[in-house]
Amino acid sequence: MTSQPKAPLTPRDRWRNRAIAVTGLVTVWVLLWGTFSWANVISGLVVAAVLLVVFPLPPVTFAGRIRPVPLLRFLARFLRDLVVASVQIAWLAVRSRHPHSAIIAVPLRVNTDLNLTLNAEALSLVPGSLILEADRRTGTLYVHVIGIRSLDEVERFRQSVLELEGRIVAAVGSAEELDLIRRSAPTGPSGSVELEGAPT
Amino acid sequence: MTLDTILDTVAGVCLVAGALLCLAAGIALIRFPDVLSRMHAAAKPQVLGLLLVLLGCALRLRTGVDITTLVLVGLFQLATAPVAAHMVGRTAYPHDDIRRDLLITDELAGDIDRIRADRAGEPQDTSPARTS
Repeated sequence: MTSQPKAPLTPRDRWRNRAIAVTGLVTVWVLLWGTFSWANVISGLVVAAVLLVVFPLPPVTFAGRIRPVPLLRFLARFLRDLVVASVQIAWLAVRSRHPHSAIIAVPLRVNTDLNLTLNAEALSLVPGSLILEADRRTGTLYVHVIGIRSLDEVERFRQSVLELEGRIVAAVGSAEELDLIRRSAPTGPSGSVELEGAPT
Repeated sequence: MTLDTILDTVAGVCLVAGALLCLAAGIALIRFPDVLSRMHAAAKPQVLGLLLVLLGCALRLRTGVDITTLVLVGLFQLATAPVAAHMVGRTAYPHDDIRRDLLITDELAGDIDRIRADRAGEPQDTSPARTS
C-alpha cells in the first residue's frame, strides 16, 4: 500500500539512536543491581559502550519524539486488551467446541522497521491475534486470529489492527507518519473491499 | 485494618489470580486443536498470569532491590513472549498439523512463497536502510 522511502540516517540520527540505546542499557543494568549508585551508573556506561561496539545495532528510524498523552492512552488500552485477551483465551479453553480462526494480511500504512516491530509485539498480546509472518518489503503483517466466526469479523478485525497502528504512531511516530495515518482514515474504503482475493 | 494487612490481601488476590490464569493457559495448551491456537495460550494468559504473580510478589516483598528485579522480569517477559510465539508460528506455518477446516480464511497461503524467496534473497544482516 504505502512504502515510505527509507531515507539514510544522518550522523546526528545515529548518535541519537546510540544515546537512546545507552540510556536503556544503563537503566537495565541499574535495575539489575537494584540500587542507584554512581558506581552502578558508571559501570553500566562502560558495559553499554562495550556492548554497542561489539554488537552494533541495526539502524532504526525513530522520529525521536515521544508524545506522553497518546503514549499513556496506548498503554492504558494495551493493559485493558491484555486482560480481555487472557480472559478470552481462558474461556475458549474451557468451552467444549474448538474455536475457529483465520489468517489475515494487514498492510500497515507506515512501513518502517520500528513500526512493524512495535505492532507485531503489541498484536501478539491483544485479544485474538498472534503474529505469524511479517513482510518487510510491503510492510504487511500476517496475523493468526483466534475465536473469529465470520468474514465480517475478519474485516472488523483488520480495522482494529489499523486502529492499533494509529495509536502506536500517535505515541512514537514522526509528524509525517502521523499525517499519513490521519489522511487514510481507518474507516476508509481501502480496507473493506476485495476480501477473497489474495492481497497483492 | 493496617496498611500491611491491606497490601498483603491485595498481594494474595494477585497471586491467586495469576496462578489461575497460568492454569487456564495450561488447559488451553492441552485442549486447543492445533499449534497456532496453542501459541495464543502461551502468549496471552501466561504473560498476564506472570505479571500478576510478579505484582503480588512485589506487594508482599516491598523492598527496592527485589522490586527492580521483578520489574525487569516483567518487561523482558512482555518483550520476548511475542517474539517466541512468532518464531514458533513461523516455523509451524505451512504444515499438515494446522487444522485448515477451522480456518475461515488464509491470506498468507498466496504470499508465503514470495516472502520466503524475498528473505532468502536478502543478504543476512544487511538492512535496506544501511545504504548511506
